Amino acid sequence: MIIWLLQKTDSRFNSKKGPVLEKEKIDLLIERARDLRVSIVKTLHKSQSGHTGGSLSAIDIIAALYFHELRHDPENPHWEDRDRFVLSKGHAAPALYVTLAEAGYFPKEDLMMLRRLGSHLQGHPDSKGTPGVEVCTGSLGQGLSMANGMALGLRLDNKDCRVYALMGDGELQEGQVWEAAMAAPHYRLDNLCALVDANALQIDGEVEKIMNVFPISDKFRAFGWHVLEIDGHDMKAIVEAFEKAKCIKGKPTMIVATTVKGKGVPRFEHKASYHGVAPNDDELNEALMCLGCFED
Amino acid sequence: MKATRDAYGEMLAQLGEENSNIVVLDADLSGSTKTAVFARKFPERFFNMGIAEANMVGTAAGLAAAGKIPFVSTFAIFAAGRAWEQIRQSVAYPKANVKIVPTHGGVTVGEDGGSHQSVEDIAIMRAIPNMTVIVPADAADTRGAVAAAAAHKGPVYIRLGRNKVPAVFPDDHQFVLGKGCELSSGTDMTFITTGIMTAQAIQASSLLEKEGISARVIHIATIKPLDQDIILQAAKETGAIVTAEEHSVIGGLGSAVAEFLGEHHPTIIKRVGVHDRFGTSGKAEELLKYFSLTPEDLVEAAKEVLAKKLAV
Repeated sequence: MIIWLLQKTDSRFNSKKGPVLEKEKIDLLIERARDLRVSIVKTLHKSQSGHTGGSLSAIDIIAALYFHELRHDPENPHWEDRDRFVLSKGHAAPALYVTLAEAGYFPKEDLMMLRRLGSHLQGHPDSKGTPGVEVCTGSLGQGLSMANGMALGLRLDNKDCRVYALMGDGELQEGQVWEAAMAAPHYRLDNLCALVDANALQIDGEVEKIMNVFPISDKFRAFGWHVLEIDGHDMKAIVEAFEKAKCIKGKPTMIVATTVKGKGVPRFEHKASYHGVAPNDDELNEALMCLGCFED
Repeated sequence: MKATRDAYGEMLAQLGEENSNIVVLDADLSGSTKTAVFARKFPERFFNMGIAEANMVGTAAGLAAAGKIPFVSTFAIFAAGRAWEQIRQSVAYPKANVKIVPTHGGVTVGEDGGSHQSVEDIAIMRAIPNMTVIVPADAADTRGAVAAAAAHKGPVYIRLGRNKVPAVFPDDHQFVLGKGCELSSGTDMTFITTGIMTAQAIQASSLLEKEGISARVIHIATIKPLDQDIILQAAKETGAIVTAEEHSVIGGLGSAVAEFLGEHHPTIIKRVGVHDRFGTSGKAEELLKYFSLTPEDLVEAAKEVLAKKLAV
């Protein structure tokens, strides 16, 4: 059984002192991601509302960001020299929230109030209320533009912080994504690394059948991005891709991550039907079992 | 005579000098919107986003998140219209410190025609929570509005025009956000106007004076938040209101005034504006006549409300 604890933040960075902990190793990251998956299904079960499939497909990437890649300090969410992350596919908010809670941005108990009236944990990320959330997302297609703007602003101030943005593949159907995709290489935003959580499913079914967006890599390459393709659940590949992205000069990097919607719980995997549906009691128990909870 | 967009261009460059956090974005219209003035002075802080207004607004939101004060320009219909949802989601909902300042609002855009003449922007911006909406009357009003917007923490929409307009205010006019200005005292009825219609109302009040009718003129630059006090006072003291705007009678200043008075002090009111129609090609002066936005039309509207007032 997982016990909720109010733990002290094990921040890798102290914004006044610099790096204090080493980047988490792959094995630890994999463990983290498993724990976060447990948090996701528990949180969604409690709220009985929210997006299961897309949160589970994104969590490995988000875990790698917050526990390995991003320079950030949960005790100082407005630290000027922090790296920024934009969850453009805002409906994966549960994945972001459990990660921010685990990192120490706010008490883990808050997760039990997801989507409740008065809670800062809104249905989709709201920068006004939740520490660690940079911008409001939820309406698809807008996050990459905002990430571009952040990258431009940080560069104007000669900061060497980086900006990361995570989109969905269905989200690529929004035209604004391509406006932003045109602008990032035009402005040579090499401090920007975007990702696509390509789980091949959207609400009404397969992305390819609803409105085909493939081949994703070719498109971003044609727009002038440096493109990397990875398995979005291979922690080592995720971490290595982030390293490569940092070496690319003069253009932004797009990591196209092939993922599985609902990854981690076979019952939810590869199913469009778990896009916006939260687990019921049976589904939660099955999920916890699959995630190895009852073996402890 | 000076165009509000020219005053904007100059003021933006001046503000850019005073505050290095001010950045400017445009969508391939900087020659028309006059953001080109800022661009020439501070090229590293100017971002032409091309003909991509949605991305432009989102980018501005990102710049604001990074501590900048972005001013975003294009034509009013494209700013408020095309990028409406981006303004709503990426700017207003997070209360991002972005200033949307389009030019070419209203029918006096002229020859470009209906596709380019925004008659809806005040309405659709007003409906968004956290949004401040301003329509200045002239160059001095514009300079004040732009400075006030830069100082204000949060989203602002300022609608400017295309053509040269007569001065309504002196050069040292003190703009106060949220406060209406009584430009002409009067007791028989009140014109409550915004943008270019304020100058029209001043002319109308002169014409009415010759006929022995005393018309008050109140310029409302800030449509949201509305200066309720000055409007309530005019309603109580004059008992008859004519609103006027270069905009639809649906949802703009007239609606805002009618909404407020309807709840607080029901008053005889007539909204002068574009009556639920699109604009059309023509010369600006012709279009003002075509859409009944001239001083003579205001005089007629004034007499209409006066007749109703006296009939009660």
